[in-house]
Amino acid sequence: MNIHEYQGKELLRTNGVPVLEGVHCKTVDEALAAYDKLNSKVVAVKSQIHAGGRGKGNLYSPESGDLVMEGGVKIAFSRDEVKTYSENILGNILVTIQTGESGKLVRNLYIESGCDIAHEYYLALLVDREKKSVMIMASTEGGMDIEEVAHNTPELIHRISVDPNSGLMGFQSRDLGMALGMSGKSLKSFMKMLAKMYNMFVSNDCTMVEINPLVKTGDDDIVALDSKVSFDENAEFRHNNWDEMRDLSEEEEVEIRAKESGLSYVKLDGNIGCLVNGAGLAMATMDVIKLYGGEPANFLDVGGGANEEQVKTAFSIILEDPNVKGILVNIFGGIMRCDIIARGVIAATEALSLDVPLVVRLAGTNVDEGKAILAESTLNIHPADDLAEGAQKIVSLIGGGV
Amino acid sequence: MAIWIEEDAKVLVQGITGKQGMFHADKMVEYGTQIVGGCTPGKGGQTVELQGKPFPVWNSMTEAIMETDADATVIYVPPPFAAEAIMEAADAFDSVKGEGVIVCITEGIPTLDMVKAVAYVYNRPGVRLIGPNCPGIITPGESGGAKIGIMPGHIHAKGRIGIVSKSGTLTYEAVAQTMSIGEGQSTCVGIGGDPVNGTGFIECLAAFEADSQTEAIVMIGEIGGNAEEEAAAWAAENVTKPIVGFVAGATAPPGKRMGHAGAIISGGKGTAEEKFAAFEAAGIACAKDPSELGSVLLESLKKAGLR
Repeated sequence: MNIHEYQGKELLRTNGVPVLEGVHCKTVDEALAAYDKLNSKVVAVKSQIHAGGRGKGNLYSPESGDLVMEGGVKIAFSRDEVKTYSENILGNILVTIQTGESGKLVRNLYIESGCDIAHEYYLALLVDREKKSVMIMASTEGGMDIEEVAHNTPELIHRISVDPNSGLMGFQSRDLGMALGMSGKSLKSFMKMLAKMYNMFVSNDCTMVEINPLVKTGDDDIVALDSKVSFDENAEFRHNNWDEMRDLSEEEEVEIRAKESGLSYVKLDGNIGCLVNGAGLAMATMDVIKLYGGEPANFLDVGGGANEEQVKTAFSIILEDPNVKGILVNIFGGIMRCDIIARGVIAATEALSLDVPLVVRLAGTNVDEGKAILAESTLNIHPADDLAEGAQKIVSLIGGGV
Repeated sequence: MAIWIEEDAKVLVQGITGKQGMFHADKMVEYGTQIVGGCTPGKGGQTVELQGKPFPVWNSMTEAIMETDADATVIYVPPPFAAEAIMEAADAFDSVKGEGVIVCITEGIPTLDMVKAVAYVYNRPGVRLIGPNCPGIITPGESGGAKIGIMPGHIHAKGRIGIVSKSGTLTYEAVAQTMSIGEGQSTCVGIGGDPVNGTGFIECLAAFEADSQTEAIVMIGEIGGNAEEEAAAWAAENVTKPIVGFVAGATAPPGKRMGHAGAIISGGKGTAEEKFAAFEAAGIACAKDPSELGSVLLESLKKAGLR
């Protein structure tokens, strides 16, 4: 789960990590009031969306599609500039390197005081899958695309791994700060800040905290100028405040609905819908559809113990996508019995008066009963014995690829 | 021989009084697994009926292992308490007998809980953790065998193919593929689809290489992380037995989690393309379609003079 920069900053602030003063706004009037309140000669006017690359992104009008302004993060030197920038950002579509071509509608702004920047660094805390621990990654090359830095000058990226038993040790923060060329006051502030950020990471079940840039001010203070924070959804049960931080408008509505029904759904651009049990098999089903010349319309995992109702919901979610021209059901019954799935498929196709070709491949527990149920039905269901046959059948039934 | 779990392994069930735990414990007994009881704190002294027979429940894992001399435990405890269940089992196996296998089926454990639990297990070198978020491990026997997890037992047969996979149903698919060419399995291990887990691919490959019953290996990966790449590089240097591979997620879009918490391409890394390339570079015979695993395996066996 991702949150906005302004929410991340609030989290950093309450955890004792230095951030600049700022105000979250939803209207131009609020932005102007924020400017008056901050009383700073310079302010940053920042678009708030769940995607990176905002500074280098462009804003477009949702009606005409015309370019409104270049740059989703602006430095304003006057009240008038705050007004212009806010007007150009709010209600328009921000397209960045991470949003894809369709971009994202900007509904939120963050107005933040300016500061005197002596140096920009990159800092990130994340879970390192290989070392199975929290990794802290930092670089002197702040404000840049870190993947580019990693590719071109890997020696400029410094990493430390935190032992979960001891937590972040002082010597580790010191080593990292010194590797970034810090000393004296700035090194001290960096170490203090990092200890607080690590505690925040752990106590809030973060999967990532990325600060790009982290800056050293003219007074040798260390300040988080940006924030990108993600939480581990598995830990939602112990964080009551996540619900109110969640911006549902930034997430795919249909994916949320699927999740509420115990389904895992991701929409794709193709025209063959798939309904599969198990995440690995669901991915493999998409891959095989593509291998035989089709394009999958979605990823959908009904899980290990789906019932008739869930199968029906899964079908209706797949069919919401107007691109879907055919459906491939691929079930390897373990706990899930093929006869139950077969009944679910029949009930769903009848209830939804399915009018696109349907191929059903069943294997595993009670497969013969399942197949018999499908064969007895008068519905137009095409059986398949294995995944390859299923994929080939559905591709040919819809008349080839996209 | 098989790996880690012998056909007659004695197995405990943590969370045996819960709905999931009881359902699967019953299926395991039905398959022939030697279940010796279970553990649910606060319900010690009770019994649970599985396949018409009573099985004892203990309050703690230490007590359960001391009473039964169990070799392994399988965890069906809800996500908020699962990491603690892993650590309790690790501590008990380590202090009572210095070794043991922990299989954690639970899906949805917080990642930072697993970071802690994995470090805890690593500090107890005789203890092995498989999972979480996995189907478990099965060593099929002549009749019955040791099924520790949620996989459908009846699709397996004893044989010489070792299977290791991140995914549950895709493992079943691989099992069915070996059966389709008349081959059974030595041991099948589901290592799970979470970003932070216990046993990895390399440990499985090393164990299969050392196991006299295993003559060929099927390895199934999926997008996310670089465990497949590391395993392939390691296998190129250390594994002499034929390996057949598949990677799921070639069509997955970047930045989207595909069901499993760990199945995500981030920053352009962890793609199926890279993993297939690493497999091929290591001499692993790849199937581009899981329905071809059988025929690719058959070819590899023939090439190695095993058919």
